[in-house]
Amino acid sequence: MSAYRAPLKEMRFLVHELVGLKRLAELPQWAEITPDLLDQILDEAARFAEGVLSPLNAIGDRIGSIRSDDGSVTTPPGFKEAYQQFVEAGWNSIATPQEFEGQGLPRAIGTPVSEMWHGSNVAFTLCPLLTQGAIEAIHIAGSEALKQQYLPRMVSGEWAGTMNLTEPQAGSDLAALRTKAIPNGDHYLLHGQKIYITYGEQDFTSNIIHLVLARTPGAPAGIKGISLFLVPKFLVNEDGSLGARNDVHCVSLENKLGIHASPTCVMAYGDQGGAMGYLVGEENRGLEYMFIMMNAARFSVGMEGVGLAEAAYQHALKYARERVQGTPTGTDSHQRSSILGHPDVRRMLLTMRAHVEAGRAMAYQGSLYLDLAAHHPDASVRADYQTRVDVFIPVIKAWNTEMAVNMASLGIQVHGGMGYIEETGAAQFLRDARITSIYEGTTGIQCNDLIGRKVMRDQGRAMFALLAELEQELSAHLSAAHELEGSQIEASLKACDASSLKLFSELKVILNAAMVAVHTLKRATEWVVATSVDRSRHPEIFAGAWPYLKLTGNVLGGVMMAKAAQHSAQHLSAKEGDIDFFEAKIRTAHFFAFHVLSENEGLLATLTQGGQSIIDFPPNAF
Amino acid sequence: MKVVVALKRVIDYNVKIRVKTDGTGVETANVKMSMNPFDEIALEEAVRLKEAGIVSEVIAVTLGTQACQDVLRTALAVGADRVVLIETDVELQPLAVATCLKAFVQKEQPRLVLLGKQAIDDDANQTGQMLAALLGWAQATNAFKLEIAGDHATVTREIDGGLETLEASLPVIVTADLRLNTPRYATLPNIMKAKKKTIESLLPADLGVDPSPRLKTLLVSDPPVRKPGIVVNSVTELVEKLRNEARVI
Repeated sequence: MSAYRAPLKEMRFLVHELVGLKRLAELPQWAEITPDLLDQILDEAARFAEGVLSPLNAIGDRIGSIRSDDGSVTTPPGFKEAYQQFVEAGWNSIATPQEFEGQGLPRAIGTPVSEMWHGSNVAFTLCPLLTQGAIEAIHIAGSEALKQQYLPRMVSGEWAGTMNLTEPQAGSDLAALRTKAIPNGDHYLLHGQKIYITYGEQDFTSNIIHLVLARTPGAPAGIKGISLFLVPKFLVNEDGSLGARNDVHCVSLENKLGIHASPTCVMAYGDQGGAMGYLVGEENRGLEYMFIMMNAARFSVGMEGVGLAEAAYQHALKYARERVQGTPTGTDSHQRSSILGHPDVRRMLLTMRAHVEAGRAMAYQGSLYLDLAAHHPDASVRADYQTRVDVFIPVIKAWNTEMAVNMASLGIQVHGGMGYIEETGAAQFLRDARITSIYEGTTGIQCNDLIGRKVMRDQGRAMFALLAELEQELSAHLSAAHELEGSQIEASLKACDASSLKLFSELKVILNAAMVAVHTLKRATEWVVATSVDRSRHPEIFAGAWPYLKLTGNVLGGVMMAKAAQHSAQHLSAKEGDIDFFEAKIRTAHFFAFHVLSENEGLLATLTQGGQSIIDFPPNAF
Repeated sequence: MKVVVALKRVIDYNVKIRVKTDGTGVETANVKMSMNPFDEIALEEAVRLKEAGIVSEVIAVTLGTQACQDVLRTALAVGADRVVLIETDVELQPLAVATCLKAFVQKEQPRLVLLGKQAIDDDANQTGQMLAALLGWAQATNAFKLEIAGDHATVTREIDGGLETLEASLPVIVTADLRLNTPRYATLPNIMKAKKKTIESLLPADLGVDPSPRLKTLLVSDPPVRKPGIVVNSVTELVEKLRNEARVI
């Protein structure tokens, strides 16, 4: 079993240099966040992920959480202690508001930290992640009294939070929700069943604060009649002490493909007369509050994808280094070598590495946009970044999670037969990753969101603006690359050494490939906007929603890879920093151009010509 | 009672060490550095003594360039009250470090100095002993357990084949072994608070010490690669090879 190692070098390169934390200095509350402070936070998070969370990952998978007949849930050995350490170390409150003793750090810093949690133990991480979501919801919409009573102990981690949305008949379609909330004095009584409730019951905390979507009597039908309620497992007395056990119980745990350590509960509300709940915000605005948090939640799941894909890559690479099989394919060597000697194995590992780097860079970029959209002092700047966030989020979520599933699968392939044996641990990443493209809005939902709400609704205005900006950036990089190459030719002529020249000519290829990719996405967007004028062709457009989203992800990732290559070339030219790291950056970007961006023309064709074949195959033809 | 903890910034224990191609040392450029693990244990012990009310102030000190500030920030986040950088860019050897520490200790007047038993980079295992000799203090190295009562320290130390318990009167130098304790993780709120504290700075000259190296490194090289083994067919052959080829019997 190989241990997770936080990719700190890569994270630092992105945060310090490529994404540029400098932009955060525009936000007064974070003016004092300096690079060395950030490094220290990353170092400590890495120690915790590697030392505490990673060693529990396999145990969590093998043993899982177990429900007893009395409804209590026991998490895998070591998890409870790890949770205690996690909250004692203050990680639970990294992003929570300072008024409730949180650290209030920007998402641009919380993102690499959360990637380490996901990479080392995603099933554990879901508990603090859901608590974070519940804190945000109460903070956004809750009354002052609710905030004072519940937030401090949720921020400290003494209590955990959960989100209760899904019911058996209401999954992606929350309009079908049926749980009832009947007014009863200063509170409501809730009746109904919720499913897929992550950490709905656990043994980490003395109380669990459930946030529940339900309907009040006479509420409008559909999504406009849904309200949000706070239902504590134990009622909280005036003085803050715990009171009676509330009428909310975990009635069973789901038997899942992955994330075994995370108890996925069926929750029964009001089986014994009604669960006491308190309205959060106003009646019938529950879904609205959920939507405020949705971008952040979807972003987090995208990061689960990045973390898991990185972990799968590390695992496969370690195995490939150690496993000796045959002689290097296609050479005359008779020397037996590790499977890294086989070009196809290196192809698989590079596919993993390039996708992880692209997905991570795209997501970190998105994290900065989230901060700027939420906290920039200038309202018009906030609005501009919100438009950018709206485009990025479905891509970060769907592209990264689909990527994680595919990369974890490739990770198994690198292992050969041993990958199929649970003992090696490669399969866990695939099983754990498989949920990420489903929950918090399936890939299908994200694709529809991108092509429908984010492109068709504004006739592609936000997307065209983004593409114009990327085009401009790339042309600036291209002229800089010309100069770099020129000076490099001169330098290598003087030194009679042509070996380094290759990387600089590759840089131009990479930047050009990214430029072509931007143009391809522009053509795709033009087709979507033009075709959408004819309402009867909308089903056909939505039939191409996945190739459109995948193309968008390839392009956003590809541009980040190209920018990383450009920065790396500058360091190489100045002979500064970690030469091996920067050379590898350029080579990985080159790989991405020829192995991923090369898909783009095909995706465009599928979008513009493939939708018809789906529409021509009506439901009754199956 | 004050305690001084000496820290060294070394190549992180996870890093695979590479020898420089010119044989002058090991590669440290672009390599992750962190606090020597034995020093972490020494620091943890000092913080625990403070939490137990035995020690009133924990002072962490290190020698080296400005880059060593990260180790001192970590020390602040873990619980050191004051941190001091004795700034120098010369290659540091145990005697120079011990001489600087001696002057520093005379300035600060602690009753206890804690160090790691050795640094994982050069594995010298000398600084603590040299410091004790220079100061003329008692020393207890490789500590497995440390108890302080009144003016006495009781130290259980790991020795070959068992444990040995020593008693020493203060002031005393104690060097920490692996099993003295398990260092804590720095908490995020403390990392944030540590950012606001100052790092004191001194030069060796302020302490009247010249830290220039007295030993010269001639060559650093990788250990020889182990040769593949062979299977012998009989005991006679084994004995013959041991006698004539290996020449060990």
